[in-house]
Amino acid sequence: MPGSREIRNKIRSIKNTQKITKAMEMVAAAKMRKAQERTRASRPYAFRVLNIVTHLARAHTEYKHPFLTRYPEVRRVGAIVVTTDKGLCGGLNTNMLRMLIGQVRTWQQAGVEMEFCAIGTKGLGFLQRMGANVVSNVVHLGDTPHLELLIGAIKVMLDAYSSGRVQELYVFNNRFVNTMKQEPWRAQLLPLPQQYRNEKGEVIASTAATGLWDYLYEPDAKTMLDAVLTRYIESRVYQAVVENMACEQSARMVAMKSASDNAGNLIDELTLIYNKARQAAITKELSEIVGGAAAV
Amino acid sequence: MALTVHVDIVSAEATLYSGLAEFVAVPGIAGELGIYPRHAPLLTQLRPGSVRLKVPNQTEEELIYVSGGILEVQPDIVTVLSDTAIRGKDLDESAALEAKRRAEEEMKNRTGVMEIAKAEAELAEAVAQLRAIQRLRQQRGR
Repeated sequence: MPGSREIRNKIRSIKNTQKITKAMEMVAAAKMRKAQERTRASRPYAFRVLNIVTHLARAHTEYKHPFLTRYPEVRRVGAIVVTTDKGLCGGLNTNMLRMLIGQVRTWQQAGVEMEFCAIGTKGLGFLQRMGANVVSNVVHLGDTPHLELLIGAIKVMLDAYSSGRVQELYVFNNRFVNTMKQEPWRAQLLPLPQQYRNEKGEVIASTAATGLWDYLYEPDAKTMLDAVLTRYIESRVYQAVVENMACEQSARMVAMKSASDNAGNLIDELTLIYNKARQAAITKELSEIVGGAAAV
Repeated sequence: MALTVHVDIVSAEATLYSGLAEFVAVPGIAGELGIYPRHAPLLTQLRPGSVRLKVPNQTEEELIYVSGGILEVQPDIVTVLSDTAIRGKDLDESAALEAKRRAEEEMKNRTGVMEIAKAEAELAEAVAQLRAIQRLRQQRGR
């Protein structure tokens, strides 16, 4: 029976692969539930802070926090790129990095310099291959994001903004829509945005009055602005990472599910071919015997 | 109908209240603040305590416990960013008493400046939780 051994080996190897992808699917499904829950839970807070910040962006504050500075000309921008640490999650990182590349081209054409902060191994590897200027990075975040881990790398970017080395700061991450859908997302971190897109993608503009106004502060402007802006940055970056993790697990679950399904199809097809070959061999043998008998 | 203002109270984990109110009382760092609609823009830090809300068409006041955070007031919107906020009904009195006892003990035992400050903060929090519970009880008794 020529070739049947090869087919059998092939089927066995695919079955082994399927076992792995099935296991990964189940692990991702379990982690996904937690990650999605975390994303949903922290969203209201993140959006309320954002809302306050859009108001703040219109205020004429008595204390000028470095983050409130607006630079008239943009010569250099900073980008915080959030990706996953591990692969096998479909086109998640690819889609995001493609969007990033589009943005990088626009900046290049405008003659704007760039520097990057990479969160996650995949983005770091990509940026390094691209020859981009990566000033800080955090990798291996695990399954639960800890702000303490992130804050060091982010601080580099924030200092760059405070000192005026970069004039704008963006965050790139995947935004979680639902288990089947994740979206690459770009958001302006600094200068403080006057509008933002909510979880449904609608643009929410600042409702604060335009013109000259300032808050009443208790106890004083510096303490309050420091407190609000720290919370803003922390919640924004935390949210980006949390969203990305929910995306990662969802995308991985879906990718692994389709991998398992594909493996199943392949096994079915190969089994069919194997059986056909087997039967052809038997028929051939039989006709040989019959032929042999007739000849005698 | 009386003027109303939109109030959002969120903690890092959930939205605790989102809706209209005719009046909001908030435990500010410099004292309790009463906020009516069309209040001037204001930013303040919060002490541990409870936020009282006068909800339209409801005689009973809503009570939400916050353990510090930030308050932002705009003429038509009030936002409370609570570090941890628990609904009045979920407050566990025995847990609060326990926390208070622990905080007091720590204040007696320890001497470091940082530790005293920490213990004091814990104590203030526990006391505020207890006060929220008591006020909730009174309301129910009425």
